[in-house]
Amino acid sequence: MFTRRYLPLWITTSLLVFLFAVGAFHFDGFGSLRVIINLFSDNAFLMITAIGMTLVIISGGIDLSVGSVIALSGVAVSVLISEYHWHPVWAFIVVLPLGTMFGMLMGLIIYNYRLQPFIVTLAGMFLARGLATTLSEQSLEIDHPFYDFVSDFGFQLSGGAWLDLSTMTFVVILLIVIMLMHFTSFGNNIYAIGGDEKSAQLMGVPVKRTTVTIYAVSSLLATVAGIIFTFYTFSGYALAAVGVELDAIAAVVIGGTLLTGGRGFVAGTVLGVLLMGVIQTYITFDGTLSSWWTKIVIGLLLFFFIVLQKLLNHTSTART
Amino acid sequence: MNTSEHVLSNGPEKPDVNSINQSAEDVVKTTTATESKLSIDGSSRYQAGTNSNIGRYLWPCCALVLLLVVNLFLDASFFSITYQDGRLYGSLIDILNRSAPVALLAIGMSLVIATGGIDLSVGAVMAIAGAACANLLLIPDISVATVIMVGLAVGILAGVINGSLVSYLGIQPIVATLLLMVAGRGVAQLINQGQIVTFQNDAFSFIGVGNWLGLPMPVWLVLSTLAVCQLLLRRTALGLFIESVGCNASASRYLGINDKSIKVFAYSVAGLCAGLAGMITTADIQGADANNAGLWLELDAILAVVIGGASLVGGRFSLLLSVIGALVIQTLATTIIISGLPAKFNLLIKALVILIVLLLQSEKFRNQCKQLVSINKKREV
Amino acid sequence: MTAVLELKNISKIYPGVKALEDVGLQLFSGEVHALLGENGAGKSTLVKVMTGAEIKSKGDIIFQKKTYNFSTPIEAQQVGISTVYQEVNLLPNLSVAQNLFLGHEPKRFGFIDHSLMVKKAKQLLTRFNLDIDVTVDLSSYSVAVQQLIAIARGIAMSAQVLILDEPTASLDADEVKVLFKVMNQLKSEGVAIVFITHFLDQVYQISDRITVLRNGKKVGEYITDKLPQPKLVEAMLGKELKELTGSHRAESSMTQKRENEKLLRMENVSSKGSIQQFDLDVSKGQAVGLAGLLGSGRTEVCKALFGIDRLNEGRITLAGLKLRLSQPSDAIHAGIALCPEDRKTDGIIGPLSIRENITLALQARLGWWRYLSKQKSQILADLYIEKLLIATPDADKPINQLSGGNQQKVILARWLAIEPSLLILDEPTRGIDIGAHAEILSLINSLRKGGMSLLVTSSELEELVAFASKVVVMRDRKKVKELSGHELTSQHVMTAIAEG
Repeated sequence: MFTRRYLPLWITTSLLVFLFAVGAFHFDGFGSLRVIINLFSDNAFLMITAIGMTLVIISGGIDLSVGSVIALSGVAVSVLISEYHWHPVWAFIVVLPLGTMFGMLMGLIIYNYRLQPFIVTLAGMFLARGLATTLSEQSLEIDHPFYDFVSDFGFQLSGGAWLDLSTMTFVVILLIVIMLMHFTSFGNNIYAIGGDEKSAQLMGVPVKRTTVTIYAVSSLLATVAGIIFTFYTFSGYALAAVGVELDAIAAVVIGGTLLTGGRGFVAGTVLGVLLMGVIQTYITFDGTLSSWWTKIVIGLLLFFFIVLQKLLNHTSTART
Repeated sequence: MNTSEHVLSNGPEKPDVNSINQSAEDVVKTTTATESKLSIDGSSRYQAGTNSNIGRYLWPCCALVLLLVVNLFLDASFFSITYQDGRLYGSLIDILNRSAPVALLAIGMSLVIATGGIDLSVGAVMAIAGAACANLLLIPDISVATVIMVGLAVGILAGVINGSLVSYLGIQPIVATLLLMVAGRGVAQLINQGQIVTFQNDAFSFIGVGNWLGLPMPVWLVLSTLAVCQLLLRRTALGLFIESVGCNASASRYLGINDKSIKVFAYSVAGLCAGLAGMITTADIQGADANNAGLWLELDAILAVVIGGASLVGGRFSLLLSVIGALVIQTLATTIIISGLPAKFNLLIKALVILIVLLLQSEKFRNQCKQLVSINKKREV
Repeated sequence: MTAVLELKNISKIYPGVKALEDVGLQLFSGEVHALLGENGAGKSTLVKVMTGAEIKSKGDIIFQKKTYNFSTPIEAQQVGISTVYQEVNLLPNLSVAQNLFLGHEPKRFGFIDHSLMVKKAKQLLTRFNLDIDVTVDLSSYSVAVQQLIAIARGIAMSAQVLILDEPTASLDADEVKVLFKVMNQLKSEGVAIVFITHFLDQVYQISDRITVLRNGKKVGEYITDKLPQPKLVEAMLGKELKELTGSHRAESSMTQKRENEKLLRMENVSSKGSIQQFDLDVSKGQAVGLAGLLGSGRTEVCKALFGIDRLNEGRITLAGLKLRLSQPSDAIHAGIALCPEDRKTDGIIGPLSIRENITLALQARLGWWRYLSKQKSQILADLYIEKLLIATPDADKPINQLSGGNQQKVILARWLAIEPSLLILDEPTRGIDIGAHAEILSLINSLRKGGMSLLVTSSELEELVAFASKVVVMRDRKKVKELSGHELTSQHVMTAIAEG
């Protein structure tokens, strides 16, 4: 039982280690701490988004709006900073709760009106993207001393690796969410709803509150990811992060979370993002492979993991 | 429930089953004789049914008419159509022409949604079909018929893959089609080698920009696809089987319907429509852009089906209503442009439309609305 | 002595249906109170109202002298009313310990204390003689163990009222003994237990008092020791036994001749995880009954015959031809039809009209190309609506708006339309109102007289014995006995089920 539960996780980990080893063998400088740390800092926003997505998928739902929420949060922050000359910190303080409310609203609609999560969050995706374009169609540059300060902040590690604030934020969020998932009732409730919503309700799980919170957390994390994204580009753009929701879903699945809900690990998702990152790095280092191979390989990986999930599920039902 | 008990308590009748065995096949055989008599009887019987059908057509049509009327107010010449150089011109023709790709996708999507599924990959399939055609057209002396056949075959192949993942591997539709949505664009880019492939071929371009009997070619393609599908689905039992599988796949299997092949069929039609739509857009710009061809059109197609009143859990479908849904979306976009609102509001308004349509589909929401109305009425009294 | 829980004049009205009407119930601490009634009598609804899973339309719930209006199961649980539902309502993806403590996990500094939870879980389960690994997923244990875990969960909530809805349905005799031991222990600790079951002998073993419901109304409240079993059955059914069973035994010798023509033969049929080495013969115009408890394999026999479950070994021949069944359409083409046990998920196609539901099977057999026109299917539908007395204004009504009995008749009509040589009926009268019940029974009889072979499973033995000329008894996925002729009485069947 234990091995079956963790099998997808083991496969992801071994694939990750294997690919990394192959990369390190083929290319100079691939197998360095710097590349590893860069995997984290380049993908911090995606990892944070994917953590939120993991919660949603474990609960049996899906959130297609995260990419748009990232863009919206970036645009909102840059409008407040560049056009209204707010201090970035104030902008963050205003934008974060607004992002959370966006998710709460979706959760409420999903629960109250018994609508499928994917279609409601699809509407949310349009809405957030629409709001972002309404705020500003052009890319808005952010020029603020605070941004320079934050992006210069970090720690020098050995081998030229640089631990920046986005990675640190990610680590803190990861730890908090792991605690939430495995050491609080909220976490248990998420797994319970993903297992069987009706039974969970009968067993006294506050389904409504939990559902709303899950989507709120997902949007909150996407908003945080949007803010981090502005530190990469020093700007906010309404058409940024198109398709990130798909990357996040892919990472969650590759990380071993069951798409039908009820099973999965936040840590697995991080491995999933890392695996996708390593593939990308490999293709960049290689130079002769074209970028579209990333999409194809990720598609194949997804296929492999989905079929694996099916097979594992099949054998487990056959046994009982 | 009460009626049944009532009927029973009235008389000692018991079902007379001996004569039941004189049965179905006989009935089917003998019907031809009595058909003429029965058709009168039948038509009166269907009154109730048709009433609810009118209800289904009412709202999407109202929305379309309302939007058109708004446009008339905004622009008095909106309905004017001129005839020039063997071709009709006018805003209405423009709407019909531009809505063609989404209308085609919506026809296929209606079937997939009717089986209780969803196809997120149609946009990517459009890109693949477009890329395949554009690259084939670079080969000198290739016949256009071959190119078109390949384009359609690509679509069908994609549909068969999606359908098999859903029915034979039992993967949820959103996820199964997500695979091709992610990988499909990569495949299209691979075919195009990352370039935007342009071509010069008047015969192929005719699909996108040509016109026949005054109407643009894409409009004819939508009309003929609609007609063919309608015939195929409603003059055979396929349409009924699709609805049956969508309502209850397990019970359909118990009935002897092969639910898996029905699903594969639905996804294949969706793929075929996507292939056709992809060729239209490629022919239109005389080039294949793997990144942007059909981008987000799957969402528009889903929206069109939802506006057409179909339920996302599967069941009844109407191809005509889905096409009307596609027209509503395109008219809405035109309205925004004509009204002078910046185009950036387009997305926002579309999002609000989806939300409203979704909420209206929810029984709880309708009840809440009714309660609100009744409270207001009481206050007035 | 005042009641710990009292229900007064409870009514529950669903759109179009009165599920409960002025039902009252008094529950004292330290008693086992059996709640009995036929399927659809309102037991489940009453339990749901009691525990907040459904909101009552009218009436009062008084718990320890205070009136409550539970709107969620949590509220009822928090004051001390817990429920173990008929189907195991636990979460297969969580560990046993998590299932036991979901919603009230032991915590330290605000965080779940996993080791304490495991320890407590182990303690709790020792009461049930269960020594299992509580950290693995619930789904790795059998249904019986899951049922005991569900009951343990109910007790863990330190409940004052414990409601057990059909807890013994999936337990074997030893497990039932363990359960009864625990129930007696709880009783002595002052817990009030509501016990719902279909096994009347268990009622007499464990309960102190009995409340009987019928058609959403309370028939009466009795002291178990003072109510003989026949009287109890009468109270539940609302009429005397003889009336229901009727008498056709005299005819059976007439049909005997025809029965010599063998139609179906199952030889040594096994299917992985469902049936083992099963043999069965059905003759032309013979009605064969399949009896056994839930999970004994009777439904699985039907499924194997209909091409739903794959065979591992053995052969099935129909009228001398060997059948290869890989999907239901194969069976249908061979002339076999099945009315499934779960009408809602496998039978009706809810939103489609009665006409479509009647003609679909015929259409599926004709294939997609040979389309039955609306007129033809209308004639067919009208014919069966008339013949089977299906209560509906017209054939265009969606089938999910009909009552259970009428839905069942539509499904029967669907199969009669393809003229099967063998009709399998899996629990044809479950959840059906009394009137339709009798009609379906007489329909079965006349079909049999008309020369159709029938294979019928039913948990209502009296009924089975009444129309079958042979009853096959199953236990633990095997055939244990075949009864026919003068041996065929419900008492014999019952003993065969119980003893094997």
